[in-house]
Amino acid sequence: MRSVLGFLAPKLLRALVAVWLVTTVVFVVMRLSGDPVPLLLPPDAPTSEILRVRHDLGLDRPLPMQYATFVGNALRGDFGRSIHFREPAWSVVVGYLPATLELGLTAFGLALVVAVPIGMLSAIHRNSPVDHAAMGVALVGQSAPTFFLGILFILTLSLKLGWFPTSGRGGWEHLVLPALTLGAFSMASIARLTRSAVLDVLRQDYVRTARAKGLPELAVVAKHTLKNAALPVVTITGLQFGTLLGGAVVTETVFAWPGIGRLAIQSIYNRDYPIVQCTVFLSAILFIVLNFAIDLFYGVLDPRVRPR
Amino acid sequence: MASSIPASVPVDALALAAPAVRGGAGARRTRRLVLAGGVFVLALGVIALAAPWLAPQDPLRQTLRARLVGPTLQASDGKAHVLGTDHLGRDVLSRVIWGSRVSLLIGFSAVLVGGLLGASLGILAGYRGGFTDSVVMTIADAQLAFPFILLAIGIIAVLGPSFPTLIAVIGLSGWVGYARVLRAQVLVLRSREFVDAIQALGGSVARVIVRHILPNVLSSLVVVATLELARAIVLEATLSFLGLGIQPPTPSWGVMVQEGREYLDSAWWISTFPGLVLMLTSLAVSRTGDWLRDLLDPTLRGE
Repeated sequence: MRSVLGFLAPKLLRALVAVWLVTTVVFVVMRLSGDPVPLLLPPDAPTSEILRVRHDLGLDRPLPMQYATFVGNALRGDFGRSIHFREPAWSVVVGYLPATLELGLTAFGLALVVAVPIGMLSAIHRNSPVDHAAMGVALVGQSAPTFFLGILFILTLSLKLGWFPTSGRGGWEHLVLPALTLGAFSMASIARLTRSAVLDVLRQDYVRTARAKGLPELAVVAKHTLKNAALPVVTITGLQFGTLLGGAVVTETVFAWPGIGRLAIQSIYNRDYPIVQCTVFLSAILFIVLNFAIDLFYGVLDPRVRPR
Repeated sequence: MASSIPASVPVDALALAAPAVRGGAGARRTRRLVLAGGVFVLALGVIALAAPWLAPQDPLRQTLRARLVGPTLQASDGKAHVLGTDHLGRDVLSRVIWGSRVSLLIGFSAVLVGGLLGASLGILAGYRGGFTDSVVMTIADAQLAFPFILLAIGIIAVLGPSFPTLIAVIGLSGWVGYARVLRAQVLVLRSREFVDAIQALGGSVARVIVRHILPNVLSSLVVVATLELARAIVLEATLSFLGLGIQPPTPSWGVMVQEGREYLDSAWWISTFPGLVLMLTSLAVSRTGDWLRDLLDPTLRGE
């Protein structure tokens, strides 16, 4: 148990430093961005009223004090009250979280379910037309700008063919296009990586042995290749999830999806500091927890990286 | 991207993923592809520079008589609009051509900013090691640990969208790529005998870095810069699309896609053409980077 701690402690420390850096930068940036109070009050509000609101929000205190309060409260999950929604920021953001999680997990699941078999197929039938076609599409998917991919999907699959709605959240049919848009980059990356990981394993001696003893190709791939090829795929997959969080900002905006990405953008326009800080904090935590889980999963998959 | 890969990953797991492209027909083919990619970028550069002469019409001139005209050679205003006109009657082809200026100007400037910062910090971290190294790499990890677009949006919201702000933000978003690659290489180079020899002969650190380390890492630098160029161009378009980058009426591909969004149903060409050009540019530049990497430095693969 102690060795597990020794393995995880440095990672945890780095993760905490990362969270702290990100939130501090966001704090500084948001406080520099101007006074939100005029946005809250009618244009003809008297000066005394402006001063009162500033005081209520704690904006009249020196910056270092505001920062200390911010950090202390953040640790307790208290990000203050949303200036726009007039509710605790935490509960507002948490209210928007399910939509993002739904979108993110669907996109991620879709990416995995499509990409891993395609990558394997490509590797097994290397240099076949199937391989070339799949990898060609993957290359395009990897370099296509997310926002334009979304527009293309809306134009073709929604407006021209009428298969899916153009925007909003509702039944599963609302989920298809945003998930496809958000997952495209990950799908492409995972497919390419799976291909090269499987190819790599197929070159190993034990695969040759398995073939030499007369196992059918399918058994060779299923029994001897999959688990070993999973290692790099799991790593990149975890990283992809972080990219997904960033992509959610764009995808949610394109499809008017009511998640925290769109909330963050709108809150920046509204100068709603507490909400922005809370979304940023939450995304950072989510990302770090995920990477942590992946580190652990790694140990399960590959005994060589387990601490001794 | 490699930052959060657990330190304990067997290094060969990723390195072995690189197919051997050295020598023979493969290398010849790769060299030709790099050349083709280079020609594409050059052509785009020429188009951007020659936009005033190449564009058939003024990209800003509005013609209310010719609003939302589909791709045609003879519109009601008597002009050819090969890619149609937008909601203000502006010629889409001319705007796409002028848009390449914005993309390339911001793309190359951001690569310069990010490259200078990232290369300096990477070389510093690799050369000094120890605490400096930890600090630089922790900041790099923190930046990678976070969807940068949120931060970029915040910063731009504060400073206001302008060319210098965009270049700074996009440049800053890319420094980690250079830093990681150069740090790893400098770490190896620093322990080589020729560095000791130069220092024993009284060569200064600056001399070692400029005369001996830089030439050795130049090819990696070029590879990262090419890949970063593609990323910077896409990021500019994305920010412009979100309304945080180039502001209308300046023609930028991202702005054009955004402007055409409301007319997708009736005038698909407004968004589609600039978007396709952006996609093609991104694909061509990033593929050129991949091929360059295969050609110059296959060990960088799996990043």
